[in-house]
Amino acid sequence: MSNAVSALQGATYQGFVTVSEAGLIGMISIRGDLTSKPLLKALKTQGLSAPAPRQIVTSNDLTLAWMSPDELLLICDHSAAAQRAQTLTEALEKNHALVCNVSDARALFRITGSKADQVIMKLSPADIARLPMGEMRRTRLAQVAAAVWRSAPDEISLICFRSVATYVQGLLETSARPGSELFEAAPSSS
Amino acid sequence: MLTLTCPCCGVTAEETEFAPGGEAHPKRFGPDSSDADFEGYLFARANPKGVHFERWRHAYGCGKWFLAARCTATLEVFGTYPAQTTAPPADVIKKIKTKRPEWEGYK
Amino acid sequence: MSTRLSKGGRLIDRAKRLNFTFNGKPMQGYEGDTLASALLGAGQVMVGRSFKYHRPRGIIASGVEEPNALVGLGRNARFEPDQRTTTTELFEGAETRSQNHWPSLEYDIGEINDSFYKFLPAGFYYKTFMAPQAAWKHLFEPIIRKSAGLGAVPKEADPDRYEQAYAHCDVLVVGGGVAGLAAALREGRAGKRVWLIEQSAHWGGRTPVDGGQIDGFEACDWIKATLQELETMENVTLRTRLMAAGQHDHGYVIGLESVGDTRPGADIPRHRLWRIRAGRTITATGAIERPLAFAGNDVPGVMLASAVRDYVVNWAVSPGDRTVIVTNNDDAYRTALALLDAGLSVPAIVDAREATHGALPQEVKARGVRVLEGRGVARVLGRKQVKGVEICAQAGEGGAIETIECDCVAMSGGWSPVVHLWSHCGGKLIWDAAQAMFRPDPARPPLGADGTAMVQVVGAANGDLSLAAAMGSAGLGACSSDEAPMMPVWQMPAGAPPALRFKSFLDFQNDVKVSDVQLAAREGYESVEHTKRYTTLGMATDQGKLSNINGLAVLSDALGQPIPATGTTTFRPPYTPISLGAIAGEAKGALFQPLRRTPVQSWHEAQNAHWEPVGQWRRPYCYPQTGESHREAVNREITNTRANVGLLDASTLGKIVVKGPDAGRFLDMLYTNMMSTLPVGKCRYGLMCNENGFLMDDGVVARLSEDSWLCHTTSGGADHIHGWMEDWLQCEWWDWKVYTANLTEQFAQIAVVGPKARQLLEKLGGMDVSKETLPFMQWLEGSLGGFDARICRISFSGELSYEIAVPASQGLALWKKLVTEGKDLGVMPYGTEALHVMRAEKGFIMIGDETDGTVIPQDLGLNWAISKKKTDYLGKRAQQRPHMTDPNRWKLVGLETLDGSVIPDGSHAPADGYNANGQRNTQGRVTSTYYSPTIGKGIAMGLVLNGPDRMGEVIEFTGEGEAMIKARITDPVFFDKDGEKQNV
Ligand SMILES: [Zn+2]
Repeated sequence: MSNAVSALQGATYQGFVTVSEAGLIGMISIRGDLTSKPLLKALKTQGLSAPAPRQIVTSNDLTLAWMSPDELLLICDHSAAAQRAQTLTEALEKNHALVCNVSDARALFRITGSKADQVIMKLSPADIARLPMGEMRRTRLAQVAAAVWRSAPDEISLICFRSVATYVQGLLETSARPGSELFEAAPSSS
Repeated sequence: MLTLTCPCCGVTAEETEFAPGGEAHPKRFGPDSSDADFEGYLFARANPKGVHFERWRHAYGCGKWFLAARCTATLEVFGTYPAQTTAPPADVIKKIKTKRPEWEGYK
Repeated sequence: MSTRLSKGGRLIDRAKRLNFTFNGKPMQGYEGDTLASALLGAGQVMVGRSFKYHRPRGIIASGVEEPNALVGLGRNARFEPDQRTTTTELFEGAETRSQNHWPSLEYDIGEINDSFYKFLPAGFYYKTFMAPQAAWKHLFEPIIRKSAGLGAVPKEADPDRYEQAYAHCDVLVVGGGVAGLAAALREGRAGKRVWLIEQSAHWGGRTPVDGGQIDGFEACDWIKATLQELETMENVTLRTRLMAAGQHDHGYVIGLESVGDTRPGADIPRHRLWRIRAGRTITATGAIERPLAFAGNDVPGVMLASAVRDYVVNWAVSPGDRTVIVTNNDDAYRTALALLDAGLSVPAIVDAREATHGALPQEVKARGVRVLEGRGVARVLGRKQVKGVEICAQAGEGGAIETIECDCVAMSGGWSPVVHLWSHCGGKLIWDAAQAMFRPDPARPPLGADGTAMVQVVGAANGDLSLAAAMGSAGLGACSSDEAPMMPVWQMPAGAPPALRFKSFLDFQNDVKVSDVQLAAREGYESVEHTKRYTTLGMATDQGKLSNINGLAVLSDALGQPIPATGTTTFRPPYTPISLGAIAGEAKGALFQPLRRTPVQSWHEAQNAHWEPVGQWRRPYCYPQTGESHREAVNREITNTRANVGLLDASTLGKIVVKGPDAGRFLDMLYTNMMSTLPVGKCRYGLMCNENGFLMDDGVVARLSEDSWLCHTTSGGADHIHGWMEDWLQCEWWDWKVYTANLTEQFAQIAVVGPKARQLLEKLGGMDVSKETLPFMQWLEGSLGGFDARICRISFSGELSYEIAVPASQGLALWKKLVTEGKDLGVMPYGTEALHVMRAEKGFIMIGDETDGTVIPQDLGLNWAISKKKTDYLGKRAQQRPHMTDPNRWKLVGLETLDGSVIPDGSHAPADGYNANGQRNTQGRVTSTYYSPTIGKGIAMGLVLNGPDRMGEVIEFTGEGEAMIKARITDPVFFDKDGEKQNV
C-alpha cells in the first residue's frame, strides 16, 4: 500500500554504532496453545515450527519469536502481513486462538556495530552480555517496554511500540553518542 | 531493589521490570456474599513481618502474572510460581518450612 | 608553610604543569595532583572557613573523608559548590574559590561568631528561635536561611551530559587497594565474572605509601604484577574513578564514575551512574584515620598523620617544614619516617601511651627523633596557620609542660574501618576494643535474595589493619613492621577543662565540638541518633567520616556507658555525594518521559496545535488560526463541526480485541451491561467498574464475529484496562478460554463528525456509508478511498459521526486525504476541548471529569447501562452496599447559569450550616463546566444532592472570590435531546 509509512521512516543516526529505524516490517501476534497440533500444523504450512521459550528463529525470511507461554510473534514482509495473518486465522478457525496483524503497532530498530551491546547496557537492566544468539529478551528500555535480540554478528534488533518510536530513537542516539563508549571492546559475558 | 525469576518465561530480572499486585491468593466474594466476607475480600490484607505471598506481573517481559513467596524482613525469596493456583504449592511450602521452622504455615 | 619538594612524588608528572586559580590567584600544579596537593604545593594552607564559627580551616585529609577543604569549582553554568579538593583531580584551567566567608578568606566578618562560641552551643537555634510565631516568617527564617547552606548554588542549568549504565557480575570487588586486588585475583582465577572498582584514579590503596612485602615481593611490584594478570583476564573488568555509593537489596550496587570531570566542556559525559547487580559484593574499602580531639585541632596545618605522608610520598608536597606528630598508635610513626626521608624536620612525636616499644617507634627513635611518652597536646598555637603546640601530660588537665614550635601537626587517633557498604543493607557491627573500632560482624551479614550473605569484607575494612593481617585473610603471606597496641584517646588531655573542650573539634564541617556532645548528653539526649540531630554531628556532606566514632565515644563517656551500648548511627547511601545529573541520567529534556505520538502527530505539529497531555500522549487541544485565542479556536471548531464537518484524531482511544469461546461471558463480567447478546456487526456503549463498584472506564464495544469483540477504552485507560482483563483471565478465571490483544497502536482512528460527514466519506468512495447500510451503532469493513478501513458509526458529539480505523501506517495519508477532499465541505480538525464541550452539550459523561474514583454509574443516571438480569459483574457486590444505595448520594444533573456565565472548575454548591470541622456544608459540586457556543452560554454538569428530583430549582455555586453564581438544575442533555442529528 503506497500510503503506508513506518513510525520514523528509516531515521538513522551514526554514533559509535549505527542506529536506524528499519522501516515497514510485518509482525503478526499469534496467541494459542503453543503445543496444540492445529497450531503447529498451521505454522508448518508457513514453513515454521514453534520456538522453545524465549527463542527466536529465522528461516526463509520469516522470523518467529516466543513471546510468552501462549504467544508467538511472526516477523515477515510488511506487505504480506495482512494476508499471512488472514491465512493463519483461517487455519485456526476451529481452534481457540487469536491471530492479529500488529505490524503497525510496533517499530523496529537495528543497532549495528561492535559496541552495539553498550547502547543497550545504558538503557536496559537486562544482562545483555549474556544474551545468546537466538534468544529474545523482553525488557525495559529506560521508561518503555522493548524486546531485543542478536539479529546478526554485531547487530542488535529492537522492537518497541510505535507511539514511542521517537522516544526510543532519542534514547538510542543519546546512548550512542561518540565519546560515551563504556568500554574499548565489548565486556566479556564469561 | 529485588530480583525475581518469572516462572512463566524463566527470566530473572530486577524489580523495575515487574509490577506488584498485592497479596496473593485473594478469594473473590461476589453478589450474595456476606458483608464480612466481602469486606475481607476487598479490604483486609495481611501485612506480616516475615513470610508473605505476593502477586507480581512480568510487566516489561512476558506480561504474565505470577506469585512469589518472600520474607518481608530479610527480602529472601523462597520461590516464585504460576498464578493459576489457590494456594502455594507444596514444594514452596516445604522450602519455607526448612528455612523458617518457626513459620506457622500458610493460612 | 607547605611547599613542593624538589624530588619525588609517585603520582605527579613534573613534565606536565597545569595552571589553575584559587580565589582568582594563579597557581601551578602538576598532572597527577589533586586540587588539595596542588594548593598545598603552592603554599596555600588555609583554604576555607568553617560553616558555623567561620574559623580558618585547612586541608586535613588526603581522601574522601576531607571535611574542610571544599571549594566552589568552575564558573557560570559549570560552577559547582562543595567540591572536595582532596579527591578532585587537578586539570588545566581549574578555577577554585573558597567558601563560607565574606568579604574574603583572609578578612571575614562572620569570624565574629567564633568569639561568641559560648553562646552558639548545640541546639542554639532550637532554643533561641522559639516564639513568637510571627517572628518566624519575618525574622528568624530569613536570618537562618541566609546563614544556612554550604557553598553557593549555581544559578544556570547544568550544561553537562550525564548517563547511566547497567552492569552484571558474579562478584563485585569494591576498592582497588591490595586487599581488593587480591580478592579480585582470587575470584578472577576461579573463573568468576568480576568487576573491580576503585574510587580514586590509582590502584594499590595506601600500601604504596606505607610499604611492606606481599607474597615475597615488594608491595609495589606485587600490585603491578597483579594488575597485569587481572588485565589479561577476559572475565575481569577493572575500573578506576568509580565510587560505590551504596549497597542495596539483592546485590544491587550504585556506583558513580567520574568520566569528564577534568575536561569541562568536552563532548563526553561528565558522570556516569552505574547500576551494578552483583551476585556477591566484596568490600575492600579500607579504613579511615581518626583525628584526635585537642584544643585547636582544626587550625590550618593540623592534618591526619596518614595524609601528611600521602602528600609527601604521592605528590612530593611538604605540608610543613617542622611537623609534630601526635598519636596513640604505632602507625603514625610511618609519617615520621616519610618526613625524615624527605629531609623534613620532626621536632617531636607526642604519644599518649606511657611506653612505646614497637618496631616503628624504635626505628624513629634510632633516627634521633624525640618521642614524648604519656604526653598530649594541650592546645595548638596559631590561628590561620599552626605556629606550635603546647605539650601536656595526657592524664592531666592540660597544664603546659613545654611549647614546641612547628608549622604542621600530624595527628592519629587510630583507624576506623569503612563499613558503609556492609552496613547499608543491614550488616551488623561488633566493637573491637583492642583497636577501638567497630568492624563487621561476620555472623550477621546483610542477606541476599537466597538468604545467604551478599557482602563480604576483606582487608582493613574488616578491621585487619596491618598489611600482614589484611593479606593473611586473602591467603597471601605479607609482612610490614609489627605494631604495638594502640590506646584509645577520645579527649586530649584526658582531663581537659571546658576552655579546651570548647575548642576540641569532633565534626569539622559542622563545627561540632566535644563540649557540644557533652551538653547534649547533659540535656538528656541518650540515643546516638537524637544526639546526631541535636548537635548536627556527622550530618554534613562528609557524613561524619572523621567524626562519628570520636563523637559517640565522647557521648558514651558522658553517659557513663561502654561504646557498643551507644552504638552507631545508621549508615546510609551514598558513601560520598553523587551528582543530581547522574541520578537523572538521560531522563531530561525531550527524554524526560516518553511522549507517545499518534500516526497523525506530525500533521498536528505542523498546524501549531495547542497541546493537552492525556496520559503520555499529547493531543491537540485546539488548532488556533492566526490571531485566534484558544477559546476562539475551540468555539470555531465546535461551530464548524456542528454546521459542516470536523476531524478528530482519535487514535489514542484504546482498542482491545477479546476472543474465544468464553469471551462473551468474560465481557459480561467486565461490563455492567450485557455484551454477550450484542449482535455481530453492532456496537454498544459499556461501563466498567472496579470491585469497589466505582466507575473506572467506558467505551463502545463492537462485536466483530461470533467469538470476538473489539472493546474501545478511554485514551488514558487502554493499558490499564488491558492489564485489568489479563489479571482476571490469568489469576481468577484461568480456565476460561479467552485471548486478548491490545491493538490500540495498530490502528489510526479518525472521527469524521458533522452533518456533512457522510458526504465526505462518499467523496472518498469505496464503501456504502448510507443510513441503511451503516446505521447508527453499527460497523463495517471495506476499502474506503483505497484505505483498509473499519468504520464504526458511533458518536460522542451528537452529530452524524463515523470513526474510521485504518492501519497506523496509513493513518497520516487518510487524514491528509480527508482534509483535501473535505475542503469544499468546510472540513476542519478539532481538538480535545471541542470534543469535551460537544460531549457536555449532549450530556455524555467523561471518565475523570464526572468520575473521580468515588462515583458509581448509578450516581450518573446510567442505570440503563447496568444489567438487572446478570447475577454478577465486577463491582456489582460493592454497589449493593448501603452507602452505595443511599438515596442521598449526589446525582448527576445539568446546570445552566442564569446570567450565562461559566461556573469555575471545581465549584461547590454551599448548603445551610456547618459541619463538625466548622466548614460550610455543601449540596453538590461541578464536574464539567464550559462555555457552549452552541447554546450561547455557560453549561455545566454536576453532582447534586437529590438533583434529579430538583429540576428547575436554582442553587448557588461558588464563583471567583466571594461571588456566587446562580444556576438552574436541568436535564444534563442540553442539545438535540432526541438524538435526531446523530441518527440521520
Ligand atoms: Zn515472564
